[in-house]
Amino acid sequence: MNDIENVVSLKNVKKAFGKNVVLDGIDLDVRKGEVVVICGRSGSGKSTLLRCIDQLETIDSGEIRAAGHLMGFREVKGKLVSLSDAAVARQQRDIGMVFQNFNLFPHVSVLENIMLAPTKILKRSRSEVEQEALALLEKVGLPDKRNAYPRQLSGGQQQRIAIARALAMKPKLMLFDEPTSALDPEMISEVLDVMVDLSKAGMTMIVVTHEMGFARAAADRVILMHNASIVEDAAPQEFFENPKSEHTQLFLSKILQH
Amino acid sequence: MSWSWPYFFDYMTNGLMLKGVWVTIWLSIISMVIGLALGILAALMKMYGNGLLRYIAEFYIWLFRGTPILIQLVIIYTGLPQLGIRFTVIESCILGLALNEGAYLAEIIRAGIMSVDKGQEDASRAVGMNWRERMWLVILPQATRTIIPPLGNQFNGMLKTTSLCSVISMQELMRSAQMIAQIQFRVLEAYCIAALWYLLLVSIWGLIQARIEAHYEKPFGSEEATVSDKS
Repeated sequence: MNDIENVVSLKNVKKAFGKNVVLDGIDLDVRKGEVVVICGRSGSGKSTLLRCIDQLETIDSGEIRAAGHLMGFREVKGKLVSLSDAAVARQQRDIGMVFQNFNLFPHVSVLENIMLAPTKILKRSRSEVEQEALALLEKVGLPDKRNAYPRQLSGGQQQRIAIARALAMKPKLMLFDEPTSALDPEMISEVLDVMVDLSKAGMTMIVVTHEMGFARAAADRVILMHNASIVEDAAPQEFFENPKSEHTQLFLSKILQH
Repeated sequence: MSWSWPYFFDYMTNGLMLKGVWVTIWLSIISMVIGLALGILAALMKMYGNGLLRYIAEFYIWLFRGTPILIQLVIIYTGLPQLGIRFTVIESCILGLALNEGAYLAEIIRAGIMSVDKGQEDASRAVGMNWRERMWLVILPQATRTIIPPLGNQFNGMLKTTSLCSVISMQELMRSAQMIAQIQFRVLEAYCIAALWYLLLVSIWGLIQARIEAHYEKPFGSEEATVSDKS
């Protein structure tokens, strides 16, 4: 295993909420530029996995390396020491995350949503960041919405802005937590199109989704999580046509019924 | 002695009365600003502080919400000198009003922070904001929208609560009315003018508050009020 090539590397990651085990010893490596789709029933731990990688949740044991950081910890003489809130925040800058409910900042305009972190946290010059923000708006197909407030946009538009907001921090890794699950059907493709473009541009991505069309088209690997564990990890063709795990066979039979 | 319009109109623009109005205005504003800072601090300590900080905040809120402002003012101005701690009248008024206000505002601000969607915390963490940045850039600006109406209510109250400072001889509006009333014993006219001035101040504040509310509501405005897409 070449650690330098891996943008994400999880070793025996465990996490429980009380007695409810949500991650039961997860090992996962994602190489630079790879697109990994994670699917599975709700409650299988896939969203928690993403949230742990981005340190929105802390893990109970194991280790997570992502975007060049040992997430949440630093090594002092071979021992792991928890990082401060501010130090974790610095690690998080290198990872972009997109949420099911978009979570745009409702009190500021679209442009300000994108510019807030680069200008206020990285203290970069406004004019420079604005140029980049406008380019990002172009990229997600919403150049004319710069002055709108999130409330005035459709779900699909909000999610595309959320992607632009994450990209503005120039992340080395993008995490998508069911990015289309809260969208009306006719808006799903506009968001997936942006994600496909992003994958073609070489972004390393982990995507939790039920959009199997996206998995076929853009994923390098498809993973199935079941009961807090990874039970299938294969190339899309293998995953859909020749799944090894019975859980995958069952999962596919259920989602392909309709 | 019946009602006298000449006295009434004379008192309206009496120099002493106008000075009292002015003192009431700045005393209210200064006390409110300091009270707001105290309230934010106490709310954050109570919500995010470790054990000791949280206890300090809770004790402060408990103490100042649990005792009458009048007693607080009297203790600060006339009681504390017994311990060698001396404040001027003005200092005592600002201190008492601000400490009392801060305790109430702390709970209002806490409610405002709790009203912000949990997803905002996730989103601001995800772009790499530390606690301070999350608070000042994302959480508090959104909490403000919820905080403004009760905050305005508090300031409305503050304008009138300053009248209690007359007890420790602060020359604000109430005290001015008392002094004017004693000159010619035109008590009714003098206090009616003072009451009118309070009404006027509170009404002006109401207009200002409406503007502030409209400002913070703008991003959340009705569907029709769409912003022009052209920049």
